[in-house]
Amino acid sequence: MPHINLPNEFPGIRSLFMFRPETAAPLNALVQTLLHNPHPTLSAGERELIATYVSRLNTCKYCCNIHGAIAQHQLGNKPEIVQQVLVNPETAPISSKLKALLKIAAKVQSGGKNVTEGDVALARAEGATDIEIHDTVLIAAAFCMYNRYVDGLATWQPDDINLYDKMGEQRAREGYLTPPFKVVGSAQ
Amino acid sequence: MQYINIPNKFPGIRSLFMCRPESASQLDTLIKTLLHNPHPTLTCGERELIAAYVSRLNTCKYCYNIHGSMAPHQLTENAGIIKQVLTNPQTASISNKMKALLKIAGGVQSGYASLSNDDIAFYRNEGLSDIEIRDAALIADAFCMYNCYVAALSTWQPDDVELYDKMEERYIREGIFELAF
Repeated sequence: MPHINLPNEFPGIRSLFMFRPETAAPLNALVQTLLHNPHPTLSAGERELIATYVSRLNTCKYCCNIHGAIAQHQLGNKPEIVQQVLVNPETAPISSKLKALLKIAAKVQSGGKNVTEGDVALARAEGATDIEIHDTVLIAAAFCMYNRYVDGLATWQPDDINLYDKMGEQRAREGYLTPPFKVVGSAQ
Repeated sequence: MQYINIPNKFPGIRSLFMCRPESASQLDTLIKTLLHNPHPTLTCGERELIAAYVSRLNTCKYCYNIHGSMAPHQLTENAGIIKQVLTNPQTASISNKMKALLKIAGGVQSGYASLSNDDIAFYRNEGLSDIEIRDAALIADAFCMYNCYVAALSTWQPDDVELYDKMEERYIREGIFELAF
């Protein structure tokens, strides 16, 4: 049960956004820029995979599920890509470059100072550019913030996979700046 | 040595903002919202103190120097407070409310634990509103992000303490994003 009085028709971070719209706007603008806006080389699906993976490492159920659903919809609606990345990125059907970027993301998640020159060199050897390395670091750092925010205030994190799929489809299509839909029958 | 090619005459996060302006404006707006915009009950100085404290716990030299310099310019109490807080907030000459806010921030920084019901009850007893509890936690969360961002790309973090003081005076006068030097 959430510790602080939160609107209970909106799961996860959505309830925190409804509780505090003043900070919702910049938080949404940031995730919109990081994950949804056009990028010179990383697709929205690839960036969502980084966010999903970091959320998994942080064991944030809401964030992992919603971004996994968005990633799936961004990547031709193939669930196996997300599933395999979450089990083991090294054997997932993704590019070597993305595997190297996910390694950097994991290092960021374990602590910013844990990223080494070797990690960066590995990513460069797989063709990663400075912008891709920078953006991977920022996505990972930002998702540590979002994950802690959601978990730290014990928001409601549903288990309904169909719900995440529906929310994910909306976000994949619209981005992060449109209002959420209410979740019917959600009182807990 | 910095891991990516970023302008090396700009310290800390400034160099990353120059390198990637697309995300810089969102990050800057977030900081302004969290720390500088009007707040029903928390002053800018109190919020900067939370940011400085978390940055100190994360040993992010650039961030705790910058925000540690910002706080005394905005707090009406003396600048020695900052040193006390960064050493041990529970014995610093600050209000019990401020100590409670810093305890929330420290808890967020220390691990991935969520606030328990007992924690929330304690903070409410110390006089914190739900908005204050939630905002202290969000500032701490955000500064874990900023600290991590600065560290993970091995940005240049100067040692010159006076430099930070000058930078902060100018930020307060002219606004953060507009500054380039």
